Amino acid sequence: MNIEDKVKEYILENYLFTDDMSALGNDDSFIEKGIIDSTGILEVIFFLEETFSLAVEDDEMVPENFDSVNNIAAFVNKKTAA
Amino acid sequence: MCGIAGIIYHDAEQHVSENELMRMVAQIAHRGPDGSGCYVKNNIGLGHARLSIIDLEGGRQPIHNEDHSVWVSFNGEIFNFVELKRELEGRGHRFYTQSDTEVIVHLYEEYGDAFVNHLNGQFAIALWDEQKNTLLLIRDRLGIVPLFYQQSAQRLVFASEVKSILSTFEHSPSLNLSALDQLMTFWSPVSPGSLFEGISEVSPGEMLTIKNGEIHCQQYWDWAFPDAEGEYRGGSEEQLAGELHDLLIDSTRIRLRSDVPVGAYLSGGLDSSVLVSIIHNHSDAHLRTFSIGFEESGLDEQSYQDGLIQHLGADHSRIICSNRDVADNFVDTIWHTEAPVLRTAPVPMRLLSGLVRQQGYKVVLTGEGADEVLGGYDIFKETKIRQFWAKNSDSSFRASLLKRLYPYLDISKRQGQAYLKNFFGMGIEQPDLAYFSHLPRWITTAKCKDFFSDDLKSKLTENPYDIIENSLPKVLPRWHYFNRAQYIEAKSLMGGYLLCSQGDRMLMANSIEGRFPFLDHRVIEFANTLHPKLKMKVLNEKFLLKKAMGKYLPSNIVKRYKQPYRAPDIAAFSHGGVLPDYVEELLSESTVRRFGYFDPKRTHLLVQKIKKGRAIGHKDNMAFIGILSTQIWHRLFIEQFHERFSVK
Repeated sequence: MNIEDKVKEYILENYLFTDDMSALGNDDSFIEKGIIDSTGILEVIFFLEETFSLAVEDDEMVPENFDSVNNIAAFVNKKTAA
Repeated sequence: MCGIAGIIYHDAEQHVSENELMRMVAQIAHRGPDGSGCYVKNNIGLGHARLSIIDLEGGRQPIHNEDHSVWVSFNGEIFNFVELKRELEGRGHRFYTQSDTEVIVHLYEEYGDAFVNHLNGQFAIALWDEQKNTLLLIRDRLGIVPLFYQQSAQRLVFASEVKSILSTFEHSPSLNLSALDQLMTFWSPVSPGSLFEGISEVSPGEMLTIKNGEIHCQQYWDWAFPDAEGEYRGGSEEQLAGELHDLLIDSTRIRLRSDVPVGAYLSGGLDSSVLVSIIHNHSDAHLRTFSIGFEESGLDEQSYQDGLIQHLGADHSRIICSNRDVADNFVDTIWHTEAPVLRTAPVPMRLLSGLVRQQGYKVVLTGEGADEVLGGYDIFKETKIRQFWAKNSDSSFRASLLKRLYPYLDISKRQGQAYLKNFFGMGIEQPDLAYFSHLPRWITTAKCKDFFSDDLKSKLTENPYDIIENSLPKVLPRWHYFNRAQYIEAKSLMGGYLLCSQGDRMLMANSIEGRFPFLDHRVIEFANTLHPKLKMKVLNEKFLLKKAMGKYLPSNIVKRYKQPYRAPDIAAFSHGGVLPDYVEELLSESTVRRFGYFDPKRTHLLVQKIKKGRAIGHKDNMAFIGILSTQIWHRLFIEQFHERFSVK
């Protein structure tokens, strides 16, 4: 399973309570769609650290990195490639 | 379940008195109202109070082997006795009963001390081997069934409950102050200690060998976790969920073995719902369930219970517990717990087992243990969040995740930040500390000790944290922090309180046997090899259990926010600022001073605060229940000793 699918599966399972992959687009904004609140983003960061063995710095905790499946995948790719 | 008792003199020329032994058995008659028996020969005596569940006619105890050289008095159930008996008969052993108990003596003949490793069950066993002149005292792996002993220069006395041992005392016992100090920190004394000076418990998973006055202790089983990341069990989530599913069905199936009907507790939470759905979908047993409802809506789970009852079509009975019920039944509850408690939660559990008895049932399945085994408790979430925070303890954001667990925390304000640092931040710089997970809970609980009298404080010489740290296995620091938290939770709160004060004692007070499918050692050994993230995926508790068993349940049960089981504490006792007479008397300055454990002035101020309706916090509740239950304990077991116990 690629990064996008892993992240999407987690968001669907934990915030939308469904396994229907079409319920969330990869560019859908979590904040605009009211899917995840600010504390929920920390939960997503926890998931990324637990799943991809990476560490997120305070200055990286910005919406551009975590507000959609594609944003997260790009961030994870950047971190794991570093 | 049943009750066992016994005496062994170290000098073989001494003789056990059958009268004394049967007085011990009489003290635990509530554990076995269906009959009693004993075996006495010279310096050994084994007694038994029977609750008949398997082989109703032929299962009288103590039971012996073919040549009467091995005798056993047994409390509990061996759930795999059918398979063991078949195997032993194949090896030529002859059985004279249909009971599970008889398997023990033949298994012992076959395997010696190692026989215990073949048992799948919950038990306290006293086994006398005449030829070896040896007594074995064995307790099940988890400590579901209690077993206490007292060793003196002349003899060793043992029993299922302390009150049975007290019936052999000439003088009233005294409170083990160090054990009280531990209880008011960890919720229970560190095993093998008990609240009674000089009386110990056989620890969970332990076998004592007693020969010629010497006691040899052997830990035959303990929780164990992988040392390194690569040692966790492999396989996809689906495969592992499938394995867990099959194991739970089998552990439930063998726990339905009985010659009397078996019911089930139904709380409305995930764990009991899983068990009830297994009974419904995978057995022919009649689905008979029992639950508690509370007058206080904040504690009540009836709507979830009703949803499941409707979903499965269970034949259900419920008891509604009022605040007054808790206050009215508190003293008798402490008689059965034999230890102070920090919450009233055992009281409704005793009322519930009374309902089961009233409905003609003797056995119930319960969901106890799922949270410890499969990662359900908030303390595990708290530990994960604090570890997440500890990765960068200066982070302005990470601690905010605590809001997921405690939505009322106002983290944005300066005061909120300070509170976080002071409370959840305790030990945040030492994430590798063995008991990192439990520090905030223990420090909060220990606030009860502010009420200790100066005299008691001056007598406490040991640091409880050192005692519990020394009780932990040497390999524990190598385990994943989540597994460390699981171990400590299983050995402290579960083993020392949930399975005892809130478990066995409340069930057996009404002669009811509880059975715990999630505490089948095969389930635990499987779960202990699962990576922690399969137990709690980020903050989604019991993730793999939901994946394995969710298909049988209504989605609102699977997705509901976990509600811990609670009963009213101070609210149960204070009605418009008026406390019951017995509470007033036990907490009066003169009684508090006379018993000597607590500071009379401070206790008085707490009582005044309660009367004014100002004591609403967690700490006030724990302190009040802790002080009141200690005072009751003293009255029952020390002050009223001569009235309650036969004296030589």
